[in-house]
Amino acid sequence: MIDLHWLYVLAGAVFAGFSVGSARDETNPKRWGNAAFWLLLAASFWFGDFFGDVGNGLLVLALVAIAGFHLIGRGSKESATPAERQRSSDRYGNRLFLPALLIPFTAFVGTLAFNYTPLKGFNLIDPKAVTLVLLGCGVIIALIVSYLWLRPPSLASLDEGSRLANAIGWAMVLPQMLASLGVIFAAAGLGTTIGAMIGAIIPHGSIFLAVLLFALGMVAFTMIMGNAFAAFPVMAAAIGVPVLIHQDGGNPAVIGAVGMLAGFCGTLMTPMAANFNIVPAALLELRNQYGVIKAQVPTAIPLLIANILILYFAAFR
Amino acid sequence: MNYWPLLGIALVVLGFALRFNPLLVVAVAAIVTGLLGGLQFVKVLGTLGHGFNENRYVSIIWIILPVVGLLERYGLQERARALIAGIRGATTGRLLIVYLAFRQILSALGLTSVAGHAQTVRPLVAPMAIAAAERAHGELDEDTAERVKAMSAATDNIGLFFGEDIFLAIASILLIQGSLASFGIQLTPFQLSVWAIPTAICAFLIHSTRLLLLDRALARHPRGSEASAALEPNRPPRIGGNGEQA
Repeated sequence: MIDLHWLYVLAGAVFAGFSVGSARDETNPKRWGNAAFWLLLAASFWFGDFFGDVGNGLLVLALVAIAGFHLIGRGSKESATPAERQRSSDRYGNRLFLPALLIPFTAFVGTLAFNYTPLKGFNLIDPKAVTLVLLGCGVIIALIVSYLWLRPPSLASLDEGSRLANAIGWAMVLPQMLASLGVIFAAAGLGTTIGAMIGAIIPHGSIFLAVLLFALGMVAFTMIMGNAFAAFPVMAAAIGVPVLIHQDGGNPAVIGAVGMLAGFCGTLMTPMAANFNIVPAALLELRNQYGVIKAQVPTAIPLLIANILILYFAAFR
Repeated sequence: MNYWPLLGIALVVLGFALRFNPLLVVAVAAIVTGLLGGLQFVKVLGTLGHGFNENRYVSIIWIILPVVGLLERYGLQERARALIAGIRGATTGRLLIVYLAFRQILSALGLTSVAGHAQTVRPLVAPMAIAAAERAHGELDEDTAERVKAMSAATDNIGLFFGEDIFLAIASILLIQGSLASFGIQLTPFQLSVWAIPTAICAFLIHSTRLLLLDRALARHPRGSEASAALEPNRPPRIGGNGEQA
């Protein structure tokens, strides 16, 4: 059965490729730092399960040291000039979209096929990893098609991939780092501490204030943890279940679903949700690393108000 | 109760606010929080390493970069812009509203990985949004280009977050169900996902309104009318051109 570990092997190969591509870029004064950074990640994907927890911890420290002390940089090499790209764009026309669209298309059709046809019964792919595995297949197919059709120099995909990877740089591993920070926060008992603190200031008598505290607590704790998943069980235990559901008799389905969505408004406003907020800023090469958050706050706040009103009016009819 | 680990949160907030390298901030905060929480240093290091290793799947998406980079070399972004320039009536706001609806609906069907920042926003959506903005506004100064790009990424996030919970088998719905079940409250995923619909509609309306306002703001300052635009010669804001260091 194809599971996540197959993808880890593939991802390790891609990161090793970034390492090679970075080392080849002589216009990057810090190219060996970049090469080492991507090689460590490749090692993590290939051998992470054999390093042991402390070994992985040391690997993380090495990654942090390389990034934190600014040992990675970017090259100035452009493989194609803007004029060349324009010519190529005119020459190949809209067919250039096809390889790019092959990836989502493979994921789309494949997911449908594996969930709604007899293919499901063959146990070919681990059900928990179906979309990611299909995404991986899409990438391989798109790469083969591109090579056969465009006939680029043989190492072009490594050079171009590492050009993008180095543009994103350290931000690429931030989501993984934040996930481990979440594990440490939980191990240090932060969830229970915060839950108890919020639980201690519950207002009595006013359903609206309790709803407000529940929603704002979801937002605040989500912003700290970087995702609403960590916040929900804590806030449900502190306010959602004892006060809103048991004491005030609110509809549990509304409180559960909309409470979580209130937390999602917090996700839009925090750098801790790095894969949604910081990584895209790096990927789109914004000058302000908080540019995406800035663009989201004016949607998040009215939407939070809407969620509070939905909670209040729909849960307590 | 041990309140000391709360200092770890303060450290994160401070570190991000002072714009230290986020990897460094997170690593220091993790170690400090763990030590204050009463864990041994080796245990902290192990927990950090274990968490990192278990969450590798988050970084799998980057296997897409070689394909995207290769296609960019052959003019993918230029093509995306040419396509939008050829559609009459296409504006940044309308384009992003269509993308928002598309993203919400696909996510509601459980197809969350079909689109995303690496898959669709950088290679397709952002260059198209820029091209549409250039048509209304003329050449974009860096601030405006940055705003349009940031709005493209924001639209992807909002479409994902406020679509996915309508799907029954998504992790967050199962988490809500599991959390409430531990208190003896039994709900079906369907009961929960139905209540994601009102918020999904509000999200669409609120964000679409903002996108239409963005269109108006872009049209209000057409080509050359801005003093700042006249002062500095503008490069076309290709995403990822050199010199646009983040």
